[in-house]
Amino acid sequence: MRLPCPICGTRDRREFYYQGAASMLERPVSGELDAWHAYVHVRDNPAGRTRDLWHHEAGCGAWVIVERDTVTHEVFGAVLVEDADAD
Amino acid sequence: MRIEGKGRIGTAPVDYVFDGVRRRGRVGDTLASALMADGEMLLGRSFKYHRPRGVVTADSAEPNALVTVGTGARAEPNTRATVQELYPGLEARSQNRWPSLGFDLMGVTDLAAPLLGAGFYYKTFMWPKSFWEKLYEPMIRRAAGLGALFGAHNPDRYEKAYAFCDVLVIGGGPAGLMAALAAGQSGADVILCDEGPRLGGRLLAEDETIDGRDAAVWAQETAEQLRAMDNVRVMTRTTVTGAFDQGTFAALERVAQHLADPGGRPLECFWRIAAKRSVLCAGALERHIAFRDNDRPGVMMAGAMRAYLNHWGVAAGQSVAVFGNNDDAHRTARDMAAAGVHVAALIDARHDAQNLAGNVPFYPGFQVTRAHGRKRLEAITLRAPDGGRESIAVQALGVSGGWNPAVHLTCHMNARPVWRDDIATFVPRDGAVPGMRVAGAARGAFTTMTCLTDGAEAGRAAAQDIGFKGQSPDLPDAEDAPYRLRRLWAVEGKGRAWLDFQNDVTVKDVRQAAAENYASVEHMKRYTTQGMATDQGKNSNVQALAILADATGRDIPETGTTTFRPPYTPVAIAAMGAGAQGHGFAPQRFTTSHSASVKMGAPMVEAGLWYRSSFFPREGERTWRQSCDREVRMVRDAVGICDVSTLGKIDLQGPDVGAFLDFVYANRFSTLRPGRVRYGLMLREDGHVMDDGTTARLSENQWVMTTTTAAAGEVMRHLDWVRQAFCAQMNVRFTSVTEAWAQFAIAGPKARDLLNGMLDAPIDNASFPYMACGEVSVLGAAARLFRISFSGEHAYEIAVPARYGASLFEKLVERAEAMGGGAYGMEALNVLRIEKGHITHAEIHGRTTAFDIGFGRMVSAQKDCIGKAMAARPGLMDPERAQLVGLRPIGAVKQLVAGAHLFAPEAKPVSAADEGYITSACFSPTLGETRALAFLANGRARHGETIKMVDHLRGLTAVCEVTDPVAFDPDGGRLRG
Ligand SMILES: [Zn+2]
Repeated sequence: MRLPCPICGTRDRREFYYQGAASMLERPVSGELDAWHAYVHVRDNPAGRTRDLWHHEAGCGAWVIVERDTVTHEVFGAVLVEDADAD
Repeated sequence: MRIEGKGRIGTAPVDYVFDGVRRRGRVGDTLASALMADGEMLLGRSFKYHRPRGVVTADSAEPNALVTVGTGARAEPNTRATVQELYPGLEARSQNRWPSLGFDLMGVTDLAAPLLGAGFYYKTFMWPKSFWEKLYEPMIRRAAGLGALFGAHNPDRYEKAYAFCDVLVIGGGPAGLMAALAAGQSGADVILCDEGPRLGGRLLAEDETIDGRDAAVWAQETAEQLRAMDNVRVMTRTTVTGAFDQGTFAALERVAQHLADPGGRPLECFWRIAAKRSVLCAGALERHIAFRDNDRPGVMMAGAMRAYLNHWGVAAGQSVAVFGNNDDAHRTARDMAAAGVHVAALIDARHDAQNLAGNVPFYPGFQVTRAHGRKRLEAITLRAPDGGRESIAVQALGVSGGWNPAVHLTCHMNARPVWRDDIATFVPRDGAVPGMRVAGAARGAFTTMTCLTDGAEAGRAAAQDIGFKGQSPDLPDAEDAPYRLRRLWAVEGKGRAWLDFQNDVTVKDVRQAAAENYASVEHMKRYTTQGMATDQGKNSNVQALAILADATGRDIPETGTTTFRPPYTPVAIAAMGAGAQGHGFAPQRFTTSHSASVKMGAPMVEAGLWYRSSFFPREGERTWRQSCDREVRMVRDAVGICDVSTLGKIDLQGPDVGAFLDFVYANRFSTLRPGRVRYGLMLREDGHVMDDGTTARLSENQWVMTTTTAAAGEVMRHLDWVRQAFCAQMNVRFTSVTEAWAQFAIAGPKARDLLNGMLDAPIDNASFPYMACGEVSVLGAAARLFRISFSGEHAYEIAVPARYGASLFEKLVERAEAMGGGAYGMEALNVLRIEKGHITHAEIHGRTTAFDIGFGRMVSAQKDCIGKAMAARPGLMDPERAQLVGLRPIGAVKQLVAGAHLFAPEAKPVSAADEGYITSACFSPTLGETRALAFLANGRARHGETIKMVDHLRGLTAVCEVTDPVAFDPDGGRLRG
């Protein structure tokens, strides 16, 4: 498997650390516990398109959001988490 | 039998040994061709029934001829004799026989066959249960299994490597050669892999012409043309074993398996090839026809029989027959007869077939019903269309049930192949592997001409896909006879007709599976073990499937196929794991004090990949405890030196570091002044403690964080995450500097005296109070000094660039020893911190909160931080949660052990009554008794109470008093002196 790091180009997946769903980016602003519970613990398990977080740990250190398909394993692209936050 | 004048290999002799007998083959021989030239047809015994078996194929699909090559620890079991190239001095042994290949006692299992049919494991060994361990399992293990491992460490060298290309061409037969040529001439960067030592594939095995020349010569010329191109890499002896996501392929290169002396080369190299496009030209594999005793040595694939003749100049026997259901089988009869071998019969099951083999006895509409002979074929029985029987004496029989495209790699990403009725076989599904085209026989284009055309087109299109101007090479003239067949899977009759030779599966087994309602192909496969051996049923799966379809009244597409999985051919784990044996798997990280510590006799303890000193034994100390106790007293009374370089160090810079740290730490950091250090507690987002450590503010905009040794990588990743995900606007950057600095703790009442003897400008308590930090100069080298303490003593940590580490350590230890102190190791460090109630990852083990460890008030109410919201969950603030306490033994048993559980003194020590557990324990030489840290339900309110420790594992029970976690110097006066 190869992932397109926006900084380094397409690299072998062994260079990346896998975190999980990109919903981790949507950190609740309130202190409401249900929202926090959902944020920390509840995950979709889609058969199909998914947005996941990967850390290019053995590369540039960037966290990237990779959009891919869990069924076909097709990778559609990747963007930097840092850019997503700046939006 | 060698036929002089035939074959394309050399004539130079090569001496080798098989089963202890010295023999002579020729350069270019495989072990199989050399043995066949000597008339040896019996090469091994089968897996389950120990039936005599011989060579079936001339390629890597071989199910039978598995041997052990080499001796001692270098021995390689289950090597296919059909791909093992001969080299001078090669030693090979047959397998799965005892005491000898000719006389195998386990052959009696063949007589017991009626008891051992499909599913026999499940039926026979079901009960009684107690028989499993003592009887059935050892018996099955001894009787089953082919080659054996030697048991010693493998001394062979293996390698792994990465390669990248525009177009990967898999297979170097007619299609692959043209594909590589087209892609190469188009300008693409091409890798061409082929299993064999020479390019040409099936062209090497045939007697045919291309452009009027011997096809093998054409293949060689084309190979030379490819090798001369700068943008084409040719990899022979390289099997592409797997297709993976995003154009990644696995390939095994047999670098030195064919050499008597590897001469420093690795035996094999495991490649990962990343290709933008690929062209699969893997060719086709011939399939068998099942009939009674069709597994006798001498019965082989028709295509293999003529490959041995045309390539190796070897006839499988003096008198042979050919049995098939298609035109291609006739070529074997034709070539054998032309070479002067007696062809006793060409049997074609099609009653309307025309003889294409010339002057040979032709039997259209006949079928072979039985093979005779035991250790080698002696005769065959034919059944005429009218039912009459005829027996013919032959030494070898070539069989062809048709050809199956080698679709395997197209299935590795979960695609199923498609049934094509006209050629009665499966072909690859379009788009089965993204970026892959399939050309030639691998997609059912079986003639040489269609292979050449198809390959050229696929190579051109692959290059064009990725932006090259596609070029088509000139197409030569080649054989284009039609491939006609009528399906025939098994010949009806009595006795056992064999499908999967490697797993000993018969037609009857498949029918029995269907009868017992294992009608799904996946169930049949597992029930009979059809296709589950190392050859994955390459010569037999389609027949088994067809028989299952017939037995269940369905057609083949409806019945479906099983999945081919990587690897295409077996790959040694040693090759896949090349470089990862021993310390390649767990590299060693050494501190700058390592060699000095080893010289001092310190035993090393692993901390992740790091190695740290346990203790530093001195003259007269016989146990670790004696050294440890002495080192603890040394720190409490004088001064000790400890290498703390393994702690993670992260250099943070920028005006917003303070704000950033406020967010990643539970407590506040933005208020820290330059020149000061603060202890910080880091939470996970779920509210549990992640790590702790100190962070120093060196100047307005530069900070340095320390992490625990264990969590250094995790914390770095976490900081990257928090900054990029939530703090992208902050002006802050950081990098790991763990290896850049050597850092030593100087701990004890004489710490400052020691330091002032080395610093170029002395310090005092006013200029360098507790929790101060700053730049200093030590013996002329710029250093960082931190007044922090893990031991609870007046202590410092001094950091110098790593290149000064070894020198500084020796000087520190020398001076400490002169002052009545010395170096101390992990054991003493652990005792010192337990006496002080300081936590490590034994306490912050992933399930404890700031509240649990008594640091609840550190979670600042004035700001947000990672983990704050979830740490406030009511369940995590429940006073009944286990909280950090100290323990001291007050009963007769003085031993406290980590991992033991806590119970009320009168309670039964069962899990329902569990009130907590010990995380750390030691003997405190300072206090003269054992001390422990533990988590106890509502523990903070229970200081002074009595509790019972029970360790079921060691059978220990000790009565303890619950105390404050800080057992020594609770007001911290020693820190500040
Ligand atoms: Zn990167």
